[in-house]
Amino acid sequence: MTFRTTLRAGLTGLALAATSAGMALAQTTAAPVPNKGDTAFMMICTILVLLMTIPGLALFYGGLVRSKNMLSVLTQVFAIVCIVCLLWVFYGYSLAFTNGGGLNDYVGGFSKAFLRGVDANSNVATFSNGVVIPEFVYICFQMTFAAITPALIVGAFAERMKFSALVLFMVLWVTFIYLPIAHMVWYWAGPDAVGDAAKLLAAATDATAKAAAQAKLDAVNADAGMIFQWGALDFAGGTVVHINAGIAGLVGCVLLGKRIGYGKELMAPHSLTMTMIGAALLWVGWFGFNAGSNLEANGTAGLAMINTFVATAAAAVAWLFVEWAAKGKPSLLGMVSGAVAGLVAVTPASGFGGPMGCIVLGLVAGSVCFVFCSTVKNALGYDDSLDVFGIHCVGGILGALATGILVSQDLGGAGIPDYASKPGELTTATYVFGTAFMAQVKAVLLTIVWSGVGSFILYKVVDVIVGLRISPDAEREGLDIAEHGERAYNM
Amino acid sequence: MKIVMAIIKPFKLEEVRDALTSIGVHGLTVTEVKGYGRQKGHTEIYRGAEYAVSFLPKIKIEVAVSNDLVAKVIEAVTGAARTGQIGDGKIFVSSLEKAVRIRTGETDGDAL
Repeated sequence: MTFRTTLRAGLTGLALAATSAGMALAQTTAAPVPNKGDTAFMMICTILVLLMTIPGLALFYGGLVRSKNMLSVLTQVFAIVCIVCLLWVFYGYSLAFTNGGGLNDYVGGFSKAFLRGVDANSNVATFSNGVVIPEFVYICFQMTFAAITPALIVGAFAERMKFSALVLFMVLWVTFIYLPIAHMVWYWAGPDAVGDAAKLLAAATDATAKAAAQAKLDAVNADAGMIFQWGALDFAGGTVVHINAGIAGLVGCVLLGKRIGYGKELMAPHSLTMTMIGAALLWVGWFGFNAGSNLEANGTAGLAMINTFVATAAAAVAWLFVEWAAKGKPSLLGMVSGAVAGLVAVTPASGFGGPMGCIVLGLVAGSVCFVFCSTVKNALGYDDSLDVFGIHCVGGILGALATGILVSQDLGGAGIPDYASKPGELTTATYVFGTAFMAQVKAVLLTIVWSGVGSFILYKVVDVIVGLRISPDAEREGLDIAEHGERAYNM
Repeated sequence: MKIVMAIIKPFKLEEVRDALTSIGVHGLTVTEVKGYGRQKGHTEIYRGAEYAVSFLPKIKIEVAVSNDLVAKVIEAVTGAARTGQIGDGKIFVSSLEKAVRIRTGETDGDAL
């Protein structure tokens, strides 16, 4: 639950007023300052998420393609990271994490375009009352999420997409798909805004004051994205990152069509050594992704950390043994694919589920994603080159739905956060299975429809402008030489 | 003069070279090749994709020798490269018209 940034302008004004009124009051309303430990933690987590993408994801994908296309994958991933970094500070951050006025349910506004008004003294809310982190750090942390998500899609149409089409598509996709979904899932006013409003409501004595305070609390609660208001939980990006990218990948690989020779020619991965290095870097970096999504270094970050260990291990073991039983041999590629499936599945649940619940989630994710990648894909006949759908979308859906179950304290989960019942501190709301689970279902469905339909339109637009697919001759020759004029290995 | 070409299992190369050296053959050319024969191939599985790999890696050795050495070379290669399993390889012998040592210009028997 990567969050949103309340520049605490209101509080600052309040503090100024309080200073003139008296010392005691001023002390209770002083604007919080970032803790150096939290800040350092978030800086390191941010860099870990960058490590996931380059070189982690790039090598994971690169090893899986044929050697003639190695550089195209590395180039695509690196280029996406760089382009999204710029796009993010120009308007991406603003559209994801500010109030969008009339469109606030769906997307933010341009109030922080080009980082207007943000300086080294700006802070943003975390998930604890009275705890903030520097806004620049938060912008960078969220930037790495916006960068890795489109890079994930590359795997679905690897070995056949035109580079110019890829660049254009990714700019459009981040703008029209990623930013709105990130806003809908993660944007909210922050715990202090909710706590302050709830405090006013509790202090109100007469009916008029109560009504005014209730209206204020409702307004604060409405200052959030639509999916967040539904109560859907997504700790680190099951919907925003994985389902979002996975469904876009599926639509893409269907629209582009199969690779030449798919199902007839040998398309074995050119270096599973690279793939293993990439998968291991993904796992290491994922601690920044999941634990960092807590935005502060505390016990919940620790919970996300242990879940990121055990769910991943469980999914890797599940895929390894299921494949061993079904296909006769335990494979390295199967095991590392299982690890990635586990990482994907635990992402939304990492700060909500308990370790034992997340192990079960990992076991399920490893087994189900194996079936999707080995059986369902072949039966349906689509050429998702590197299984973006089978691992990220399927794993993401499993994780998002499971989060609605595993959050229950009866199952060792952390419980649904509640900032209003006891203003100023975090408690847990009563868990009702139907409500919690249905919120997850709605979030998953909206993401699938938004990204599925939206991506379809964007692919068509790009196809008209520059054409999606390279020529058959270029595809035969390999994208490295045909598109980039260089080769990966000169030996 | 004859040229003896042998296709063998890759891990037998050192043993074959030793055997040839011991009968006085001090030069040979080696190429990494792939072949298809009675050994067939194997299956590789990457996630769901199963590939039948028909062509297996082999080593091709070429030795040019005088006519009187041919029988001993065949004997040496056969002895060193045999495992008794399918896939041990084959030996082909053909005539050689001319040989030249580039450094000295020596020809035929002197060049071997």
